[in-house]
Amino acid sequence: MIPYAASIFKGFFQGFMALTLDDVKRVAHLARIEISDTGAASVLDDLVNIFKLIEQMQAIDVSGIEPMSHAQDVVLRLREDAVTESDQHALFQSVAPQVEAGLYLVPKVIE
Amino acid sequence: MHNATIKKLSADLAAKKLSSVEATQHFLQRIKALNQQYNCFITVDEEKSLTQARAADALRAAGRAQHLTGVPVAQKDIFCSKGWLTTCGSKILSNFVSPYDAHVVERLNAAGAVNIGKTNMDEFAMGSSSETSWYGPVKNPWDAATVPGGSSGGSAAAVAARLAPAAIGTDTGGSIRQPAALTGISGLKPTYGVVSRYGMIAFASSLDQGGPMARSAEDLALMLNVMAGFDARDSTSLDRPAEDYTRDLARPISGFRIGLPREFLAEGVASEVAQRVGRAVEQFRKLGCETVEVSLPNMALSVPVYYVLAPAEASSNLARFDGVRYGYRASDYDDLVGMYKKTRAEGFGAEVKRRILIGTYVLSHGYYDAYYIRAQKLRRLIAQDFIEAFKKCDVIMGPTSPTTAFRLGEKADDPVQMYLSDIYTIAVNLAGLPGMSIPCGFDSQGLPVGLQIIGDYFAEAKMLNVAHQYQLATDWHVRMPPGIE
Repeated sequence: MIPYAASIFKGFFQGFMALTLDDVKRVAHLARIEISDTGAASVLDDLVNIFKLIEQMQAIDVSGIEPMSHAQDVVLRLREDAVTESDQHALFQSVAPQVEAGLYLVPKVIE
Repeated sequence: MHNATIKKLSADLAAKKLSSVEATQHFLQRIKALNQQYNCFITVDEEKSLTQARAADALRAAGRAQHLTGVPVAQKDIFCSKGWLTTCGSKILSNFVSPYDAHVVERLNAAGAVNIGKTNMDEFAMGSSSETSWYGPVKNPWDAATVPGGSSGGSAAAVAARLAPAAIGTDTGGSIRQPAALTGISGLKPTYGVVSRYGMIAFASSLDQGGPMARSAEDLALMLNVMAGFDARDSTSLDRPAEDYTRDLARPISGFRIGLPREFLAEGVASEVAQRVGRAVEQFRKLGCETVEVSLPNMALSVPVYYVLAPAEASSNLARFDGVRYGYRASDYDDLVGMYKKTRAEGFGAEVKRRILIGTYVLSHGYYDAYYIRAQKLRRLIAQDFIEAFKKCDVIMGPTSPTTAFRLGEKADDPVQMYLSDIYTIAVNLAGLPGMSIPCGFDSQGLPVGLQIIGDYFAEAKMLNVAHQYQLATDWHVRMPPGIE
């Protein structure tokens, strides 16, 4: 493993050390995953270790490098604006938890 | 029969020494007898498999057979197969019977291959040991106290235990190559974009690639001939002329230049693994190859970069599992957000939740540039290292995994140690290059060692050529796990 470069990039190091229980709960809320206080504490331990690994990225100077989002330089294909799919809603809704009259049912959203 | 390659099975089927129904029944019986031991399969459906086998026999009788017609192939449970339970190793999809086929499954069906069952895997392909499955861990046929690697561990163990002649898997950070190495089989991850991702349940879309797992390089080539091809439903599928991946198998490889990255045999690799890989390279020299030292200076960064990019993409991809349109829904909730939260808390396992949280964090306001964009910049450096290296060599070789199979539970509580077991494979996905693993010996415990062969973009035929020539000169790939006869 390459040396942990925290001392060179103190700002980032402090940013990561600041990862708290509240951060875990906030992120869990954003990700729509219910988490208990004890669950969040154990996740925090794991995340702190994983971010120690991730922080190795901060040791390299990346100025002037173009981000690479994809392995191939592909251009999004265009197609004719024509209907290509047949109606399969009954088939696809057959695997849904709750359906009525062709609609997916969820708990009431608007009071 | 169960020790036959696709090539041999195909010849026997063509010579009418064997019917597909007989072959299928034989493998189904083996699965019935041995699956409990290894937990390779999540779903086996004898009637469905035999229906396909009968259709394959009819196709052959009508003179319309191809190489794979009537050959049983196991499918990793990440591929949607119409009418089959398709779980991705997760509770959240434990009731999902797919209403459609993945492109790869369509192609296998069109070639007349028989789906012999859906194989166990790390949940959503997130793991390197096949222990995170909701359906319990897969055991390695070479030693049932060890893991088969992951995430395509069920496919790998099924091929190693002779429960299927071949299987399909997926590889996001090494999930075909590392389990192939740990179970003594051959596996190939093609160039990104060669195999359609349509119907392959998404983990990290810019890295995911499907590929074949089998017992020889020749069989991998036969499988890839069927699996590869353009598909408009995957926006990253590449529209290229079809290739015959068997075309160069017989070519002599003398004069080929093998690149040996000095970073591959640095600290962390088990000495026995390094030694077996060294002997394999020696064998290639005997076959007339030259070796040249190359350097991949940014390779050590591939693990941290991967554990930003893959979770980021996963957190976005897995947002679709909300208990509304398909899959598991929690039974007890007060409102819509509560339903989402409980469904996802109960439906996902610990590792999947961990990665969703990492991904959500690195994409969140204030951290996006420091983590996500920085990781994408480093990804380019890692890819450029390979471009430089391939100016000096035809293929790159090294270990597939730093160790042989580790013990069940050994790394289960230490995510970072688990992540580091993919140190040699991850960079290949980040660059989008093809990579494969073939057996090259055993350690003193009798556990298989894998040799990784990395090629330039679209060099699959060349890699298969190199691997096949090695397999003509050695017999590591035909060795069988103890007790399998």
